[in-house]
Amino acid sequence: MIPKNFTRRLRLLSTFKIAARALRRNKLRSALTALGIIIGVGAVIAMVSIGNGAKAQVEAQIAGLGENIILIFSGSTTASGIRTGWGGAGTLKIEDAEAIRREVPAVTLVSEEVVSTAQVMAGNQNWFTRIYGESADYFDLRQWALADGAPFTDQDVRSANKVCVVGRTTATQIFGSEDVVGQVLRVKNVPFQITGVLTPKGLTSQGTDQDDIVIMPYTSAMKRVLGGGTTLRNINAQVASPGDLAPAQQQIIALLRQRHNIREGRDDDFTVRNQEEIAAAQTATTETMTALLAGVAVISLIVGGIGIMNIMLVSVTERTREIGTRMAVGAHGRDILTQFLIEAISLSAVGGIIGIILGIVSAKVLAAVKNWPSLISPGSIVAAFLVSAAVGVFFGFYPARKAAQLDPIDALRYE
Amino acid sequence: MSNSSDATAVRLEEVRKTYHTGEVEVHAVRGVSIEIGQGEFVALMGSSGSGKSTLMNILGCLDRPTAGRYFLDGEDVSSLSRDELADVRNRKLGFVFQSFNLLSRTSALENVELPLLYSEIALTSAQLREKAEQVLASVGLEGRGDHTPSQLSGGQQQRVAIARALINDPEVILADEPTGNLDSRTSVEVMEIFQTLNEKGITIIMVTHEQDIASYARRNIVMRDGLVCDDIVVQNRFNATAELEKKTAAEALEAAV
Repeated sequence: MIPKNFTRRLRLLSTFKIAARALRRNKLRSALTALGIIIGVGAVIAMVSIGNGAKAQVEAQIAGLGENIILIFSGSTTASGIRTGWGGAGTLKIEDAEAIRREVPAVTLVSEEVVSTAQVMAGNQNWFTRIYGESADYFDLRQWALADGAPFTDQDVRSANKVCVVGRTTATQIFGSEDVVGQVLRVKNVPFQITGVLTPKGLTSQGTDQDDIVIMPYTSAMKRVLGGGTTLRNINAQVASPGDLAPAQQQIIALLRQRHNIREGRDDDFTVRNQEEIAAAQTATTETMTALLAGVAVISLIVGGIGIMNIMLVSVTERTREIGTRMAVGAHGRDILTQFLIEAISLSAVGGIIGIILGIVSAKVLAAVKNWPSLISPGSIVAAFLVSAAVGVFFGFYPARKAAQLDPIDALRYE
Repeated sequence: MSNSSDATAVRLEEVRKTYHTGEVEVHAVRGVSIEIGQGEFVALMGSSGSGKSTLMNILGCLDRPTAGRYFLDGEDVSSLSRDELADVRNRKLGFVFQSFNLLSRTSALENVELPLLYSEIALTSAQLREKAEQVLASVGLEGRGDHTPSQLSGGQQQRVAIARALINDPEVILADEPTGNLDSRTSVEVMEIFQTLNEKGITIIMVTHEQDIASYARRNIVMRDGLVCDDIVVQNRFNATAELEKKTAAEALEAAV
């Protein structure tokens, strides 16, 4: 006598054969059913990877600001009831930056910043770009290396020399190449010698080209581009470690209030933000977006699952006589249950695998087209596959049980 | 399997079947005792409502009697579970239905293989195919194994169904109105197959309401109101091969005129 569990295993094996034959008989229906899952799983993977990519990009941008940065903006968010926006009122002086450098020991690097836009020219080419005036510490502070040449020096800042560093976009737009060190760039008709070209940083999440820029000593910018003036848009300061951020921020606030003669109880005429606050806000935004995308994708997966259940239910009704015939020739209720479950699970598993491939491909394509990074997390692939298999079991079980419980006599007579 | 009718294939002892439909009790079969020997060819007859279908369901192990005992090949199958009955159907019975009940869009070979897929005997795909081809050939369908039901005529479909019933070497073949959907010539062809199988010793029980079809059997059991009212040995039994020859001759004559 053959052992019982052996025959049971053989029986399961032939049930697989039976299910495979049944799926083959209805190729179009099988394909359409799997399509629901393909789209669902594909959407989950594409959406999650795009969400992750966006998050990583935002994080990279924030890291690109440099580490442990404190930003001090001119003007208050609420100055005497009139909200001017950051950098709006010229309340920060060059001396304020000097004072921070001198009196806040935790601060290691400081860069005075002014910002403008201008038409720049070289030869017969011209280009509208952003002009940043900074100190020589700026490149270390932003951890922004040069691809070619050298940054300007403290001496250049002190003497307000006519030198600048350009971003890649500006270089290629004006000169048609990146090999521009030593060339002369005319900003508001003042010739600036290019000392270096920055490494490209790409687009921000808002779509601004970070490489479309000219950076020059802030002294030169104030004198030769802004046409005088002594106020800064903002001051960038860097502290040694994240633990220094909060105390240094407090000291800077106290120092500036004292320097600006702001009495107790009155609002600051400047705004201090540290990088972690900015990072938290931005990350929260992208996380919300990721959750939203994932939610939409999960809904499509559930719709796909309901599609499977619908098809399986229709197919149980349509195949009632087939089920009766199978039972008449010796199929147990369990064989029918297993067959229908295998059909449902195969459809969703095959759909899941194709969906994973489709999801990865579409994430890559979208990322390439939109210039986003796409981060395909193995976790989301495993999760999407397990969910799709579970969808098969969950939505396949009810129709399968319905089929298994049919009475063979009724099933055989079913019209 | 021998042609001698000593051994009993089917024995029913006081079999009853009562249905409860709401308040009403319907006594479909009210105490039937019959014995069918191995190698018999029985036609089960009766008008609708006579209980012949219910009796056929019990004989086919698709239903259990409310009372009484049913011995199939010496084994009491009257109180087996659903799954045990399925195994009995698989091992000992072959079914032929009025409307063939073939799986659509499935080749004749795969249709014939079906009972083996639910059997305890494990065969490889090659063995399955070989066996199915043999049985198909024995009903005159060599080389049609890859045809799907829609590519076959009604008579050919019924032959595929007979091949499916034969593949497990069953004790008894149960045919429920096997000629109900066939024209008269094809009906006789099916009877020819049945008579040939019966000559080889296979027991056949066939439900029919057509007297001339019943005349191809060896024995007729007639039911009325849930009881056996007549149980006779067929006199002047039709020989299907001879009938077919007569038909062919008649057709030739018609064509000549």
